[in-house]
Amino acid sequence: MDVFVDNWDAIRESCLRTLEMVIAAGAIALVLGAILAAMRVSPITLARAIGTLYVYTVRNTPLLVIMIIAAFGIPDLDVRPTLSFGDAELLQFNVFFIFATAALGCYTAAFVCEAVRSGINSIPLGQAEAARSIGMTFTQTLRFIILPQAFRAVIPPIASALIAMAKNSSVAVGVGVTEATFQLRKLTNDNPGSLWELFIGFALFYMAIVAVIAGVSAFLERKLRVAK
Amino acid sequence: MSGANVLFDAPGPKTRVRHRIYTAIFLLLVVGALFWIYRKLDEAGQFEPLIFERLFSDGVWRELRKAIVGTLKAAGISIVTSLAFGFFVAAGRLSDRAWVRVPCVAIVEFFRAVPLLLLIILFFFLIQQQADLERETNALLALVAGLTLYNGAVLAEVFRAGINAVPRGQSEAAYAIGMRKSQVMTLILTPQAVRFMLPAIISQCVVILKDTSLGFAATYTPELVSSGRRIAQFVDSYLMTFLLVATIFIAINSVLSFLAYWLERRLATRGRGAQRAVAEVEGVLEAG
Repeated sequence: MDVFVDNWDAIRESCLRTLEMVIAAGAIALVLGAILAAMRVSPITLARAIGTLYVYTVRNTPLLVIMIIAAFGIPDLDVRPTLSFGDAELLQFNVFFIFATAALGCYTAAFVCEAVRSGINSIPLGQAEAARSIGMTFTQTLRFIILPQAFRAVIPPIASALIAMAKNSSVAVGVGVTEATFQLRKLTNDNPGSLWELFIGFALFYMAIVAVIAGVSAFLERKLRVAK
Repeated sequence: MSGANVLFDAPGPKTRVRHRIYTAIFLLLVVGALFWIYRKLDEAGQFEPLIFERLFSDGVWRELRKAIVGTLKAAGISIVTSLAFGFFVAAGRLSDRAWVRVPCVAIVEFFRAVPLLLLIILFFFLIQQQADLERETNALLALVAGLTLYNGAVLAEVFRAGINAVPRGQSEAAYAIGMRKSQVMTLILTPQAVRFMLPAIISQCVVILKDTSLGFAATYTPELVSSGRRIAQFVDSYLMTFLLVATIFIAINSVLSFLAYWLERRLATRGRGAQRAVAEVEGVLEAG
């Protein structure tokens, strides 16, 4: 256990970095995933095609490749993320962290999109037909009939995508982000004798994140369940 | 197509015109975005002829060929070992004896909850400490071990879901004519379950292929991403090099995905029940 006590500050720092990453990438994934899903069910053929192309490309490319393109490739184009207000730069983020997080979010968005799309498609055709035949407009149909039902159906697959994302955040070590897995590697290099303790400790950390996401998902599912 | 969509009626003439206008607006946006990207790339000198001259030089191709072989080797070995591991764990999970079943449940749940990268790092150090192997063998072993445990756990769930997706009456009928459990499994359930499972198994093969890129954590260098890093240094463009690497991955995976699509059409389209079963089995795959 000494290895945890001795390096507590570094471990806490890196675990916080992972948490920041998971939360930020999760937000990106949910928003972008919803937009992509909207594109994939929209009546505009071009939008559908682009949504499909995006999902296909991302699903068949390793996350590490996307992260490398984002973290090492895009900064070459003089795109630098800074949040400045007048002359004062409020926040100067680590470029690798920002781009790796964005990459993780964009990667996961493809899977969120598929979850949302299959959720919408899982609603029986008759539901929308019935809504239209009692005179509901398109927005009313969506607002009162489709989305409430779709929302329930998409919670488990979205949770699965977010759980995979939390685990995938570890890939960011490959582009030099100092997150939890980076710390595990470094500490194991320095303390080869504590390999098992370190592995189990960090595994528990990730399992805790997974458990939180799974717990929220189970809670929402229970809350939104309807008697069938 | 939108004709059978939940959300819309089949469009009438007015709506079709409206959709055409939306398409035009969308097209403008897309073209604008592409042009902006092109400008940015051009300004940053990513279209310098020298970059492409180097990227498509013989040396780079030789390196890439070696890397593709390395990636396929690691993926191929891992697919075989994962299938075997998954098979045994699934068999254990379906056992009637709790002392076999419970450890198998624990294995599946644990290895699915831990990031794959952590497993690879663990095995890398473990093998390094316990066995005196060549660096290259050590790296390959660690990568394959990590991939096998994670993907084997996922595949075990796929196998289990596939077996469970076979209608209950099948096994009941088999027991009724006096078959033993092992006979029911091998003669009745498995042959029927395989066709539900194949699409999911191939999806998981795509995941394995993608995850060989995590070999860097075990210093497994003869694979596409590590090669890409070396090539990117030489070519002096991470962007162009890794766009090429991504294209290679997409090409290999497309072949696999096409196989899945073909099998799905061949094996499972007969009947709604079969389609539902396939979807059910695919549901246990992790999204990502």
